[in-house]
Amino acid sequence: MLDSLKRIFSHESSGKVAKKRLQMVLIQDRASVSPEVMEKLRDDIIQVISKYMIIDKTDMEISLENVDDSVALVANIPVHTMRHQK
Amino acid sequence: MSEVIVITSGKGGVGKSTTTANLGVGLAMRGKKVVLIDTDTGLRNLDLLLGLENRIMYDLIDVVEGRVEIKKALVRHKKYENLQLLPTSQVKDKSAVNPADLMVLCDELRKEYDFVLIDCPAGIEQGFQTAIAGADTAIVVTMPEVSAVRDADKIIGELGRSEKDNIKLIINRIRPAMVDSGEMMDMDDINDILAIKCIGQVPDDIKVVTSANRGEPVVGDSDSQAGKAYENIVGRLLGEDIPFMEFEKEGFFKKLMKAFKFSKD
Repeated sequence: MLDSLKRIFSHESSGKVAKKRLQMVLIQDRASVSPEVMEKLRDDIIQVISKYMIIDKTDMEISLENVDDSVALVANIPVHTMRHQK
Repeated sequence: MSEVIVITSGKGGVGKSTTTANLGVGLAMRGKKVVLIDTDTGLRNLDLLLGLENRIMYDLIDVVEGRVEIKKALVRHKKYENLQLLPTSQVKDKSAVNPADLMVLCDELRKEYDFVLIDCPAGIEQGFQTAIAGADTAIVVTMPEVSAVRDADKIIGELGRSEKDNIKLIINRIRPAMVDSGEMMDMDDINDILAIKCIGQVPDDIKVVTSANRGEPVVGDSDSQAGKAYENIVGRLLGEDIPFMEFEKEGFFKKLMKAFKFSKD
């Protein structure tokens, strides 16, 4: 129900959605960034950031995205609290 | 100068054999000496699309295993004498031929023919590696659907790894009404995604099915949009600068005519 409402109110045609999804998936295909590699990258990022702040690991999102003609690693990492710097 | 072209796609069912048959007939109509090689061993179909299924005596496997000479295995087209088919076996499997066999065969045929078109099996396994081995040019056939485009990209990558850098794209089965309403990717979208030179866009056309039913490729049919599109691709392969066609839209009037059967298509 919610899904179909979303579809009605989002103005994006399925052709555009197809193009976007393909551009995304092909970045991974071409760079051979397997889900395992993404998972390792995610763990490493968590480790580094955790030195400075406490983050919400369950809600964080990391993905490779196509921005114009270049590829960007986009991360959305909710910060819980900052750690006190020694 | 002769050219060996492999027609490939990755995904099955996008129209590789249909494209091979139409380009072959189209080039023969333009007076070129053409030979078509079916390499989809075990799943042969090019003979059926060309209406030559009852004339096959020998096949590709007989040739590579040295049982018959190439000339004896070639099947001449009924209407276009300068078009020949080398069918494959329906009983053997794809391991019966290897890349080196195809390279030798292509070099032999190159001496006599202007164009050698190779119909490649689906997939990226050995059959694909065999089919592309002797080719100068690869034509990748895709459809405006996510799975077909993704597989085309994979094939383009594989071709690059095999140092086949002359790659051209054909987008098959486009539905203009869906493109118009934004519900299907168009040629520009697919160009953006794959970044390969597109040499043709072929609309979805019932005449492709009805002509295949009869074993006569649609390319000579001036009433068919797909037939016209294939003719244009043939011209581009011959180095002509042909603009991409605008697809005919089925307007209200035409629909009305059709309803009353005033229109012949």
